[in-house]
Amino acid sequence: MTRFHPQVAEAPATVVSNDPVNGEYRHLVVTGSALAAAAQPGQFFQLLCPAPPGEAPFLRRPMSLYGADPETGRIAFLYKVTGAGTRGLATLAEGDRLPLLGPLGNGYRLDPAWKHIVAIGRGAGLATLGPLAKAARAAGIGVTAVLSARRPDLVVSDALFRAQGATVLTVTDSQGNSGPAHVERLLRGLIADQRCDAFFTCGSSRLLRVQQILAREFAIPGQVALEQQMACGLGMCFCCVRDFLTDGAIVHKRVCWDGPVFDIREALP
Amino acid sequence: MTDLSVTIGGLRLANPVMPASGTFAEGLGEAIDLNRIGALVTKTITRELRAGNPLPRVAEVVGGMLNAIGIPSKGVPYLLEHTIPLYRSWTPPLVVSISAPTAEGFASLAAEVSVPGVAAIEANISCPNIEEDGKAFAMRAASTEAVVRQMRAATALPLWVKLTPNTGEIADVARAAEAAGADALVVANTILAMAIDLESFKPRLGNVMGGLSGPAVKPIVLRQVFQCARAVRIPIIGCGGISTAADAAEYMLAGATAVQVGTATFLNARAMIEVIEGLDRFCDARGFRQVSALTGALKHEETDEEDLSWVAADGR
Repeated sequence: MTRFHPQVAEAPATVVSNDPVNGEYRHLVVTGSALAAAAQPGQFFQLLCPAPPGEAPFLRRPMSLYGADPETGRIAFLYKVTGAGTRGLATLAEGDRLPLLGPLGNGYRLDPAWKHIVAIGRGAGLATLGPLAKAARAAGIGVTAVLSARRPDLVVSDALFRAQGATVLTVTDSQGNSGPAHVERLLRGLIADQRCDAFFTCGSSRLLRVQQILAREFAIPGQVALEQQMACGLGMCFCCVRDFLTDGAIVHKRVCWDGPVFDIREALP
Repeated sequence: MTDLSVTIGGLRLANPVMPASGTFAEGLGEAIDLNRIGALVTKTITRELRAGNPLPRVAEVVGGMLNAIGIPSKGVPYLLEHTIPLYRSWTPPLVVSISAPTAEGFASLAAEVSVPGVAAIEANISCPNIEEDGKAFAMRAASTEAVVRQMRAATALPLWVKLTPNTGEIADVARAAEAAGADALVVANTILAMAIDLESFKPRLGNVMGGLSGPAVKPIVLRQVFQCARAVRIPIIGCGGISTAADAAEYMLAGATAVQVGTATFLNARAMIEVIEGLDRFCDARGFRQVSALTGALKHEETDEEDLSWVAADGR
C-alpha cells in the first residue's frame, strides 16, 4: 500500500494579526502548517469562521489566498466584511485559533516563456491577484497591474505589486476611468508595446469580457479566477458549479475542484 | 486497541465509518487517507444524464444545511469506465449508490453496476417515483417492497436500501425492504425542508425545497434508527448529523451496525478519521473489545404498549 501524502491540510491555524486596511477590507495573517503555507497564487482555503454575536454561520467560507510564505508558515487573506462569516472573521484576535482547509483548487499558472503579463482585477478580486506579483517576479516575468475599484482608497494589492517592481495603473469609478472602454484602450496600448503575453484576471465580468475579446483578436492566453458559493471545497457536493463553454458545448464545472482558475476562453461571464 | 470491524450483510468492513452518498468524492483523498475509512460510497448515479438543479444548491440554516443538488449524473458508462477504476486505487470496499424513476429502472441499473470492483449497492429509494405520482418509493411499504424485490432479482451483490426520514411509517417501510430481500438499511436520507430569504422574499434554494442535514437532524434520525432496529433483523447503517464519535456511539447504541458521516466532512475533512479514532477510545474506556458490541446496547426498561402509544403514531 502506498503511503498517504496529503496535498491539502486540515489543521487549525493561529491568528497573528487581523487589521483593517481601509474602510472596507481587513488583512488577516495566520500561521499554519508547512503544507498550508505552500499555497500558490489563485488557490483558496476553506475557513471555519467563528460565530459573530447573534449569528451562527454553519458552512465554511472559501477565501482566496492573499499571500503565503513557506519559510515563516504565514498565510494571509484580504477580506471585505459582507456577511455572517466575514463578520465572524473580523472578531479574530492575535493568538485565536482558526480551523482551515487548504490549499484548495488550481491556482494561476505561469509560463516561463512569457516576458510580460497583465493582471487586471476589480474589487475583492484584487486580493486574489495580489500574490501573482511575487510569483511572476520569481519567474522573471514582468507585470503590469490594472487595478479597478469604486474609489482610490478602496484599491488593494497596489503596494504588493509595486513592491515586486510591477507597473501599477489604477482606475476607479469616482475618477470616471474604470469603464470597459477605457480599460480596453489601456490594454490595447500594452499589447501594442508587447507587454501582454497573457491576461490574469479576477473580480469583474465586464473586464473579463474585454479581455476575452482581445484574447481572441490577438491570440493571447488568459486565466480567470472565479467565485461561487461553496460547501465542501473538495469537489464533492457539486453546489459551486458554473457554466463553461468547452469544446463548443456548455458544460457545468465545479469552481472549487476544476478551478477556481479557468482559461478565459471557456469562462462565461 | 478495539476490534473495529463490522459485518454488513456478508460484507466485512475494517471499521463502521463511511461517507454518506453525495458528500464524498476522490477529492477528499487529498486531505485524508481514504484507506482508513470503512467503505467508499459514491454519489448517487442514474442511467440518464442529469445536469442537476438550478443554483443556489445549498443554504445554511441553524445547526445544519439545506441542499437541493439534483443528482447531477454522468451516466453508467462514465461510472464503469472512470469512477469504479479510480476508486480501486484505495482498499476499502466500494459501495455504488443508484437511483431511478421506476422500479424496473432501479433493477436494470442494479444489474448494470454489478461488476467487479463494486462491493455493494446502495439503492437511494428516497427519490421521486414517477409511477407513484412523484412520491418517493421509500414513503410507503408497498412501493418499497416492489422496488427492492425487483432489484433483489437483478443483482447478487449486497443490497443496501436507503430510506427517507420523510415517511410516517419508517418501521413498516423497513420491514418491507427486509421482506423483499434487502441486506441492510441506510437510515436515513435528508429531511425535506426549506428556507426563505427576507431581503428578496425568494426561496434560498433554486429548487425551492431541499434536504436538511447536519447536527439539527440527529435526534430525529436517531429515533428512526431505533424504530427500524426494533422492526428488522438486517443491519442498519445510521446516517444523520453525525460529526463526532459520541454521535456515532449513540447511533450504534440505538441499533446501528455502522454509520455514515456526511455534512460534518464539509466542516472538517478529518471528521470520519476522528469518529474512527474516537470510537476506538470510547470502546477502550468502556471496556468493549469490539465496537460491534455497541450495536443495540441501549439500556431501557421495556414499557407496556399503552405507555408507548404516542410512539406508535409514528411507526410502532
